[in-house]
Amino acid sequence: MRESGSLGWALVRAWTLLVYMFMFLPVAVVVLLSFNASQFGSFPMTGFSFRWFVELSQNDAILRAFRTSIVLGLLTAAISTTLGVLASLALVRYRVPGSNLISTLLIAPILVPEVVLAVALLLFLNFLQINKSFTLLLLGHVIFTLPFVILVVQARLVSIKRDVEEAAMSLGASPRQTFFQITLPLMMPAVLAGALFAFTISFDDITGTLFWKPGGVETVPTQIFAMLRNSISPEINALGTVMILMTVGLPLLGLAIARKLSTKSGT
Amino acid sequence: MSVEAREARQPWILLSPALTAVLMLLIVPLIFIVVYSFWLRSATGTDTVGFYLDNWQKALTDRFYRDILLNTLKIAAITTIVCGLMGYPAAYFIARSKGNKLVLLLLLMLPFWISYIIRTMSWINILGTSGALNTLLMSLGIIGEPIQMLYNETTVILGLVHFLLPFMVLNVYVSLEGIDTNLESAANSLGATRWQAFTQVTLPLSLPGLAAGGLLCFVLGAGTYITPIVLGGPRDAMFANLVYEAIITQLNWPLGSALSLMLLAVLGVLVLIYNRYLGMAQLMKGLG
Repeated sequence: MRESGSLGWALVRAWTLLVYMFMFLPVAVVVLLSFNASQFGSFPMTGFSFRWFVELSQNDAILRAFRTSIVLGLLTAAISTTLGVLASLALVRYRVPGSNLISTLLIAPILVPEVVLAVALLLFLNFLQINKSFTLLLLGHVIFTLPFVILVVQARLVSIKRDVEEAAMSLGASPRQTFFQITLPLMMPAVLAGALFAFTISFDDITGTLFWKPGGVETVPTQIFAMLRNSISPEINALGTVMILMTVGLPLLGLAIARKLSTKSGT
Repeated sequence: MSVEAREARQPWILLSPALTAVLMLLIVPLIFIVVYSFWLRSATGTDTVGFYLDNWQKALTDRFYRDILLNTLKIAAITTIVCGLMGYPAAYFIARSKGNKLVLLLLLMLPFWISYIIRTMSWINILGTSGALNTLLMSLGIIGEPIQMLYNETTVILGLVHFLLPFMVLNVYVSLEGIDTNLESAANSLGATRWQAFTQVTLPLSLPGLAAGGLLCFVLGAGTYITPIVLGGPRDAMFANLVYEAIITQLNWPLGSALSLMLLAVLGVLVLIYNRYLGMAQLMKGLG
């Protein structure tokens, strides 16, 4: 671009580099320290070791937290994506009266501060005799992830052309056949992206989770939070590294799958 | 049933599960805590149903709550301004750079996927007494003893900026991308310097993105209670910490309801003002 070479542009470039360093250095240090042989979770590095990952894999509390987080994330993703895809289909494919109001309602859960959402849901469901439980946790995660799923799925749905569906119908396919054999396969990347988004947000959530989780149940973030109360241990850094690998690896994998699916279906 | 009637009913069937979820899990609960905030929690821990103004009186007049609310807004405001100052040039760079735009964007999105609690606690590794910075300064002989740099208001803001910066960059980027670069060239050819072209053409056109990013940073920042616990000291509680205390520790749910609604009202007003002048579409662009 014409601007390259100017002093202003050089400054902007340097600034951007600093911003990226600010974003990534702390995270890089977590990964670095998780391989530290020293028994304290801090500098100096005394050697390279996998021992904290081994210890992590033998820590029952952490393994339980992982199991809880994964089950919770999968159920959240399944429910949220189902609700989100149906609603997005209605909003994109039909002319619904009052669709602006409906869209605002559906994304309302992210417009309300999460603490307030957490309090309202906890108190109301408690009033309905649903106490702090896995069910409450699941319901909370569903309502919190739903807007993100709807935003992601809607954005992708818009780009699917109706022509193909109309062609199938005119060739004699029933609406049901058209949906399952034409629309759904075309929608698959959007559905997967939505589910992945819901899973990752659920897996990472702590603000609402601390309000909703029953005593004794920990998800990975709340487990880390509880461990931080003492001091930062090398195990936390190792756990952090595993989390980073999971939460960064999964979306990249998802992206690859989505790309593959969309090239296969030719859109 | 006629085909038309069926066609008209179809979207509502598709929408009903999601709408029911939002109504039952968000709207009705919000109305419920409005009612609940007028109840009374007695010393024995039972609720007295009725219309009492005690919780609201306490929430609105107690100096302690007011000070923390003001402090929360101050922290959120500083965080937002820092995010804007750090994020705008970065967004500008990404939007105007040539080839590697996608990589830069992807890199920026990565922190979104990295756990919030991990990113927050990662600063302990940097600034803690045996963290990277102290170790570095000691090995350079600049300081003899490690300094405690953590657990104050500055580190809370630092943690919040680290958490919220991607929201800012992304929103500004989206609006910069939408500006026709020919406009800048036109300004240049009409005799404006590059700086003039930027301040008088590009910057004003990108303000909606800056505002959207700012709103997100402010609202998310003002609603947090994890960052102050992990990176703040005992005196750095934010308003959401009070809500957490009232609900989880003291189990005073009516008071907790009133405090939550106060937070919702303050931040809700901001969202409404934003919506009035700029509309939600800009915000959705940045989120989707």
